[in-house]
Amino acid sequence: MLKIKDLHAGIDDKEILRGIDLEIKPGEVHAIMGPNGSGKSTLSSVIAGNETYEVLEGDILLDNQSILELAPDQRAHKGIFMSFQYPIEIPGVTTTNFIKTAINAKRKAQGLEDLPAKDMLQMIREKSELLEMDRKFLSRSLNEGFSGGEKKRNEIFQMAMLEPKLAILDETDSGLDIDALKIVANGVNKLKTKDNAVIVITHYQRLLDYIVPDFVHVLHDGKIVKSGGKELAHELEDKGYDWLK
Amino acid sequence: MEPEISDMKYTEDDLKKELETKEYEYGFYTDIESDTFPKGLDENIVRAISKKKDEPQWMTEWRLEAFRIWQKMEEPDWANVNYEKPDFQGISYYSAPKPKKELESLDEVDPELLKTFEKLGISIDEQKRLSGVAMDIVVDSVSVATTFKKTLAEKGIIFCPISEAIQDHPDLVRRYIGSIVPKTDNFYAALNSAVFTDGSFCYIPKGIKCPMELSTYFRINEGGTGQFERTLLIADKGSYVSYLEGCTAPARDENQLHAAVVELIALDDAEIKYSTVQNWYPGDAEGKGGVYNFVTKRGICHENSKISWTQVETGSAVTWKYPSCILKGNNSVGEFYSIAVTNNFQQADTGTKMIHLGKNTKSTIISKGISAGNSQNSYRGLVQINSRAENARNFSQCDSLLMGNKCGAHTFPYIETKNKTAQIEHEATTSKIGEDQLFYCNQRGIDTEKAIALIVNGFSKEVLNKLPMEFAVEAQKLLEISLEGSVG
Repeated sequence: MLKIKDLHAGIDDKEILRGIDLEIKPGEVHAIMGPNGSGKSTLSSVIAGNETYEVLEGDILLDNQSILELAPDQRAHKGIFMSFQYPIEIPGVTTTNFIKTAINAKRKAQGLEDLPAKDMLQMIREKSELLEMDRKFLSRSLNEGFSGGEKKRNEIFQMAMLEPKLAILDETDSGLDIDALKIVANGVNKLKTKDNAVIVITHYQRLLDYIVPDFVHVLHDGKIVKSGGKELAHELEDKGYDWLK
Repeated sequence: MEPEISDMKYTEDDLKKELETKEYEYGFYTDIESDTFPKGLDENIVRAISKKKDEPQWMTEWRLEAFRIWQKMEEPDWANVNYEKPDFQGISYYSAPKPKKELESLDEVDPELLKTFEKLGISIDEQKRLSGVAMDIVVDSVSVATTFKKTLAEKGIIFCPISEAIQDHPDLVRRYIGSIVPKTDNFYAALNSAVFTDGSFCYIPKGIKCPMELSTYFRINEGGTGQFERTLLIADKGSYVSYLEGCTAPARDENQLHAAVVELIALDDAEIKYSTVQNWYPGDAEGKGGVYNFVTKRGICHENSKISWTQVETGSAVTWKYPSCILKGNNSVGEFYSIAVTNNFQQADTGTKMIHLGKNTKSTIISKGISAGNSQNSYRGLVQINSRAENARNFSQCDSLLMGNKCGAHTFPYIETKNKTAQIEHEATTSKIGEDQLFYCNQRGIDTEKAIALIVNGFSKEVLNKLPMEFAVEAQKLLEISLEGSVG
């Protein structure tokens, strides 16, 4: 589904990713771990198409087609979703309105009519229940005044609504207490199918107890220095990252 | 501050409503034959307008007096706007669509005109059926259709073209016209007083709550003709009315002058809500053409009465407009809620004046300015507390949102207090649409243009919420249209 080939990317002439190779197949969960500054968040931003970063070399393919020339919204229409480490506030725009706009934008790109209000309503009801969300959040300004945990849960709610092909969870566990973590992880697990894939970016092994990865990759200094199964995460938890340098 | 939506009940109905908002289209031009006066202005033209309208002698005299005052005045230049001064002798002061015979029903209305209304999404028929809105439509200065008159008449409500009111209700008109905005008030008001060709008149009798939103759609249609509407609205003791005024103009390559005067009178215990959506042609992306909009709007509040101005200003090349309240009566309330959007080379200098004369008077000002392109957007406001105005209160909030780095946002708040018991609060913020906000929206599949519309609508929400429902949808759409192409 996703193929990253010798990806080099950076910001302001500074190279952050120095040759990433990664292949993700439908139905897989990949965890990307690594210390601060190793390039984890850069990788997710580059996949999502954040224009702050420049791709210097290599390619990113989604379903065997390069997405490098696509704008972030076009990538989203193709099914890429990123849960932000720091979700952005948009004052005065309710979560409902935001997600409605997002869904209909995607449908429009696919040549579909707007989703009828009653279907949208039904979907909102199901997905908010799945994430045990208080419906009143949906009427509040997007992320404004939300706690860290509320913001992350809202990200996963949006993911649930948008039903992406590839979801990138960027440090979704940060700011979550254990109960919220379980709910979020449970939500992600329920959304998993054999056709979609998840990239979990995390500093800690904690989240991986709940979202169990098929593969774990360790990122260091812009390169994947080690890949393995889920047991690698435990090893990292015990030994830290230093032994991999 | 009013509690915002977060405190409101959010029912499934609300959710549904929010999900059902529809879109519609703009941008068209109507070809209607016009009967137009020669260009230029002198006493003869003023007399001719009055004669055309079959006005009584007192009205003719009133106009002539205004004309003589206007001749001695100079065009003001204190506003933060730059434009080529209109050539007042190069304008035709009267233009009426043909045929001009009285129209009893919609069947008699020019089909071209009906098409235009349909494009606007305000086909009278539909309005009639669906929303119970009575319309007094002014196209190039002459009312061509008045609906719902009967229903209103049963309640004793008068809602008609002002030319008709001059004929049928001369006492009311004579008593109130120019009482709030005198002929001497300012250059444009004097000009309007001399040459106004139409506009609306509304009278709500004592204790009557007007059962429907009164709505007038003004349009400028004939190239080179100025439009000078005159609106007079009187809410008698204990009455209530909500009045909607919306404007669109087709694209034009020539500056068009618009100088309207609106006078509101809220007698004891009365309440007037006056909402405006203004989207006249703003000129092209290079700043060529566009409407000059120099408007004088003012209301007077008697005891315990309330006047609420809500405006969404997205159009015109140059806007000069300060809907104001004279809080004469004790315990009276004045409100001003405004969204002003400027893009490309538009210039807006708009705000309000709250003049506190009575005791325990209260005013609220919420102004949202959005600037994009090379535009300049100024808020200019005056809060004046008179010496007799014990315990007067004002709250002002002026927020500016900037897009790009070539536009300007300016705030000129003036506060004059002659009474120590006054409580005045002023808050102001300036923000920019952030790259991170745009990327967040983009990542969810929302393109940049739509993202801006979304962010701007959010920014403007406090004011949009003050508009009647059907108007709010239109206004939101307008914000979007106005900012199209504002990012490269």
